[in-house]
Amino acid sequence: MMVIDVKDNSQTRVVVGMSGGVDSSVTALLLKQQGYDVVGVFMKNWDDTDDNGVCTATEDYEDVAKVAAKIGIPYYSVNFEKEYWDRVFTYFLDEYKAGRTPNPDVICNKEIKFKAFLDYAMDLDADYIAMGHYAQLRYDQDGVAHLLRGADKNKDQTYFLSSLSQWQLQKAMFPIGGMQKPEVRKIAEEAGLATAHKKDSTGVCFIGERNFKQFLGEYLPAQPGKMMTVDGEIKGQHDGLMYYTIGQRSGLGIGGNGTSNEPWFVVGKDLSKNILYVGQGFHNDLLYSDRLDASGMSWLAPNTHGTDFHATAKFRYRQADIGVTVHLLDDGKANIVFDEPVRAITPGQAVVLYDGEECLGGGTIDAAYKNSQVKALQYV
Amino acid sequence: MKHIYLDNAATTPMAPEVIATMTDQMQNDFGNASSTHYFGQQAHRVLDESRHTLAQNIHAKKDDEIIFTSGATESNNTVIMQTAKKRQSLGKHIITTAIEHHSVMKPLEYLETQGFRVTYLPVDENGLISLDDFQEALDDETILVAIMMGNNEVGSHMPIHEIGEILKDHQAWFLTDATQAFGELEIDVQKDHIDFLSASAHKINGPKGIGILYVRDGLYLDSFIRGGEQEKKRRAGTENIPEIAGFAKAVTLLTPEKKAAERDRFAGFKRQIVDGLRANGIDFEVNGSLAPDTLGHVFNLWIKGISTYVLQMNLDLAGFAISGGSACTAGDLEPSHVLIAMYGQDSPRIKESIRISFGTYTTSDDIDQFVAALTKIVQRIQAKQQREKETV
Repeated sequence: MMVIDVKDNSQTRVVVGMSGGVDSSVTALLLKQQGYDVVGVFMKNWDDTDDNGVCTATEDYEDVAKVAAKIGIPYYSVNFEKEYWDRVFTYFLDEYKAGRTPNPDVICNKEIKFKAFLDYAMDLDADYIAMGHYAQLRYDQDGVAHLLRGADKNKDQTYFLSSLSQWQLQKAMFPIGGMQKPEVRKIAEEAGLATAHKKDSTGVCFIGERNFKQFLGEYLPAQPGKMMTVDGEIKGQHDGLMYYTIGQRSGLGIGGNGTSNEPWFVVGKDLSKNILYVGQGFHNDLLYSDRLDASGMSWLAPNTHGTDFHATAKFRYRQADIGVTVHLLDDGKANIVFDEPVRAITPGQAVVLYDGEECLGGGTIDAAYKNSQVKALQYV
Repeated sequence: MKHIYLDNAATTPMAPEVIATMTDQMQNDFGNASSTHYFGQQAHRVLDESRHTLAQNIHAKKDDEIIFTSGATESNNTVIMQTAKKRQSLGKHIITTAIEHHSVMKPLEYLETQGFRVTYLPVDENGLISLDDFQEALDDETILVAIMMGNNEVGSHMPIHEIGEILKDHQAWFLTDATQAFGELEIDVQKDHIDFLSASAHKINGPKGIGILYVRDGLYLDSFIRGGEQEKKRRAGTENIPEIAGFAKAVTLLTPEKKAAERDRFAGFKRQIVDGLRANGIDFEVNGSLAPDTLGHVFNLWIKGISTYVLQMNLDLAGFAISGGSACTAGDLEPSHVLIAMYGQDSPRIKESIRISFGTYTTSDDIDQFVAALTKIVQRIQAKQQREKETV
């Protein structure tokens, strides 16, 4: 007879990453209702103060305090500013310096929430950590954890969790992953949690509501240069290549005209010449590619698909899946061919692979191609 | 789960006698002490009696030398800000120590932005200043010296009498923040030549939100808070009679014999912890000194190799309330300026220390349980650290 070591929930300590938002509040509530030994911990990853010199994290931490008191769990705060700076923000700046558009949330999950925080939770004798992510876990008969998309398709956050390891998954719980966002809000409301109607946070955590351009300019020197078409027609000045991302429309300061009267979009960057290439039309041909190179490929569960297989992929958060054929190469590299051309593939973003509902893993986009040629302009 | 309170330097539980006094006060004498009718007179009597109790306790010459405030923070702010304002024509230099409470540090930092010169006397590894440093810092422009009686984090006991002796023939006024020392040491403001003294009731089993400022007879500071003419125009605001009565009650419970007995008992707790942790093979050191004249109730330990965060939170989850440092805005722990002053910015002690502080209701059994819990936590985390080392 197989003996399964099952601990009573009350003997199972779960440390919940509480951000002061509704999702993590309900996460803590549900675990408490299930009888777990729940501890709430607020992570302070970024030091920022408002005009009155008050730390902007204070309000969120106050909400954590209110929610924890309501639920009846102990709560603490832990400071990962140094870890965040060293492992996430430095990477973020380096990527921008390289002309790419990084995804700090993917790295934050890998390095902070599921590494520094997990390690800290282990110090608190935790059996698991829990997060308010919209993602689901399923264990197969061999005890391997599989990451499935959140039940709420609008909120699915597996994209951001794609670079976790099997061990990190095994230590995680996502109690709201099987729910729809309105359900989560309803539970919070019925339980009288202070965060029930709190607005969802948007954008990158450390930038918040601020002007992104201004923020980046505080950390990286901007080098203005020429803005032109691929045919060499100068359309104006750009403020610094780092401020632009592939496929972006707004902020170029050029109206219609040109060959058609369509709006202008960023279609490429040449870092060595400090040129920003622009083209007309949302569906500008220069924005489309049919395959990409990725590196740093990692798998959430051991890869059972071999080195060449068909899957679906997302190239940025909240994008519809596209069918792809994956060819795995040495050194964690991959060549990924799309079933149909895709607009605005952006180096630095994550390419995340799915098999139906299961998120398999992913890597970082290095370059994209069209008609078997490197689109050197776009992909620096 | 049973929770054991070992954070009495932060605040103390109220004594049942204090609660009874205050309850009685609230139920029976609600009057405004400034009113001239019967109810006001009843309240005024309590005010006078309480003031007398406090004055006696610190050997003040006159009862009027005691002003009731909202606590030591207000008292310290009053002396520092109003002295600076009143005496700046005599000089703009103030001497303090590097390990004062924030209610002294912050007003002084503000004054620095207003053109005042502040000397922060360094401390040694026992948390003590040197009198030579003090004398060297003292000059013709010094208008105020603010030196705490006993430190709230490591319990060091400053040479208050010697400082008072040096200052008695100097223009500088002498403020001592006696908040932590108040419940343990016999205080004699006359013998020690103290000009101003601050204390709070909640550190001695009294209520929160009430404190005193002792102002030596003959010295005068404008009221920091403007309004009515209470406290002889030195502190506006209706007197908080229930709390004042509770404060006085807490003081009467602290007889000299009781203080001496508590100091012995607390010294015993320190030995119990040191011996217990040693017997269990825990690698630790005491921050500061175990010398007999330090404050008995404050005990600071460096638990080598384990962060303050992890220690404090694990202990709390196990039911033991200790301090890991003062919490700043987002619940985040600020590194202790006291430990930094004693051991330098780079000392591992800054991030690996905890403060345990005893009180009237702490028992030897509590201490046994604490030692067992701390040992278990340290051993578990060391085992984890060992596993990580092996897998790397």
